[in-house]
Amino acid sequence: MTKQGRVSAPGQLSGPVTGGDSATAMAEPENTLLPAEPLRDLASRYGLKQTAVRPPLRGYAAELWQRRHFISGFATARNVAMYTEARLGQLWQVLTPLLNAGVYYLIFGLLLGTNRGVPNYVSFLVTGIFVFNFTQRAFITSSQVIRDTLPLIRALYFPRACLPLGYVLIELQQLILSFAVLFVIVLISGEPITLYWLLIIPALILQTVFNVGCGLILARWGSGFDDVSQLLPFIVRTWLYVSGVLFSLQALTLTLHGKLSHHHHLAYLLQINPAAVYITLIRNALLRSERDAAPGAQPYNAAKCHLYQVFPGQKPTYSAYCHPVLPGIPELWLWGVGWAVVAVVIGFLFFWRAEARYGRG
Amino acid sequence: MVVVDDLHVVYRVYGSNSDKGTAASALLRMIRRQRRPSIREVHAIRGMSFVAYRGDAVGVIGRNGSGKSTLLRAIAGLLPAEEGAVYTDGHAALLGVNAALLEDLTGERNVVLGCLAMGMSTQETKEAKPRIVEFSGVGDFINLPMKAYSTGMGSRLRFAIASAKSHDILLVDEALATGDAEFQRKSHDRIDELRAQAGTVFLVAHQLSEIYETCNRVIWIEKGQIVKAGDDVPGILDDYLVASGRDPRFRDLATATAPPD
Repeated sequence: MTKQGRVSAPGQLSGPVTGGDSATAMAEPENTLLPAEPLRDLASRYGLKQTAVRPPLRGYAAELWQRRHFISGFATARNVAMYTEARLGQLWQVLTPLLNAGVYYLIFGLLLGTNRGVPNYVSFLVTGIFVFNFTQRAFITSSQVIRDTLPLIRALYFPRACLPLGYVLIELQQLILSFAVLFVIVLISGEPITLYWLLIIPALILQTVFNVGCGLILARWGSGFDDVSQLLPFIVRTWLYVSGVLFSLQALTLTLHGKLSHHHHLAYLLQINPAAVYITLIRNALLRSERDAAPGAQPYNAAKCHLYQVFPGQKPTYSAYCHPVLPGIPELWLWGVGWAVVAVVIGFLFFWRAEARYGRG
Repeated sequence: MVVVDDLHVVYRVYGSNSDKGTAASALLRMIRRQRRPSIREVHAIRGMSFVAYRGDAVGVIGRNGSGKSTLLRAIAGLLPAEEGAVYTDGHAALLGVNAALLEDLTGERNVVLGCLAMGMSTQETKEAKPRIVEFSGVGDFINLPMKAYSTGMGSRLRFAIASAKSHDILLVDEALATGDAEFQRKSHDRIDELRAQAGTVFLVAHQLSEIYETCNRVIWIEKGQIVKAGDDVPGILDDYLVASGRDPRFRDLATATAPPD
């Protein structure tokens, strides 16, 4: 059905247009809301934009920044609402990772004895679980975010990237709570408070940026197919086992009879995978026993450090000269930055390209 | 302002009868890169064209399944056009019948988040909040999660949130039908205000009196096509009534209350 035959201006009443070109059974509609000129020209004359077309990239980023209060408000509100149905309420935020750590400690620490080569296995394990849990939860929830919030998406216009960002922020808030628990566990297990703890902050920032990037990618995938959120838990669990959460990758690689001592390339790949990078960085910041026991660790100034060792067998780490310098750590920080930047750039572009398609169907 | 240019919308519906959906058949499909055989296409909008200007309130009428809601969702940019296009001068807010925005959050949180999502600042949100709560009339329920709301309360709060900001285009899909008489009067006034602020309002309603009172133009659609569209609101409403086997009454009403010039 074409619209060339109708010549009536808006605001004027006109009778039914006769002589329409269509020979269908339906009578030619009586439509006085149609101007004479082609509609495409009319639209461009008024500077109208076609709907369901994604916004330009820079404008999108600016809009996203403008909605930052929405993102944080969304995260906080969700966080509060998450446990309203449970009697223990917010306590579950802490209990869940603790119970997780307990189960893994029972199986891998006590039953299987994977703690070889790890001086302080409890702190090692709990740190690994908590840090990995952040990425794990961020991935799984981000893949569901578009489906979770369909009524909101369908009612109001806002940059959709707010939603996965908000979900990662929820997990970050939960992580900060569980870190309070982690500090207690670590202190009880005999680790000292050191200035190294400050390194946790940049490491967590990098991990958050990485999670945001991947969360954006997963949010777009998850918006299209439910299969993604079905498959994801298995992928993430495999990732858990190869990222040295439960055992020390370094010990497997560098000790003489380690399982990976003859597969250097594989060992290297495992150690630079993003989860392993962020876990190792945070463990090294938090646990002195990890720094001391790291293979290849040397005192900052071996000769002067030696002077501080008054008694034979005394741990030499209380002096500035004796702080262990770990060979792989600066490289690990570079990997941490690299993964974060790559993930967030790709994730943002990937999510933005489908902006007009979320909430459809 | 909204320009709808020869719009066609086709729904693809998944999971209809014929597909057994076994794992093996799904795998075979993936290997052969076929579409799911169970997809059925529904041609919901078949070539619609019209123009609505700023300050217009356009009523959309038609039987169930005639494509009214589909049209609104296409204008909101939530459904892709199979052919043709929709042009607008801004973003649209769509108010539908599903009541909650984020149903496990309290009404108050929904108000705040809704305002922030629409791009209001924290200060503007704080100022707007009491007005929205007051307008919605949900009272003490504002502190309960929205899933505890009745349909009417939910849609009232949604309308209150979405109409707190002047939108370029406001699409109201049956959202006012669940409100009581007092709320309908209030929302009618609010739509008039929004029109005065030079927005365009679309209103889908089965209660024709609502359209008669609120709209200055009306589009009657049937099977995804326009039957009549124009600004003779009482006339088209009466024609629609006659077509669906009821008695016309709006023309008489119009002459009785506001005699035409």
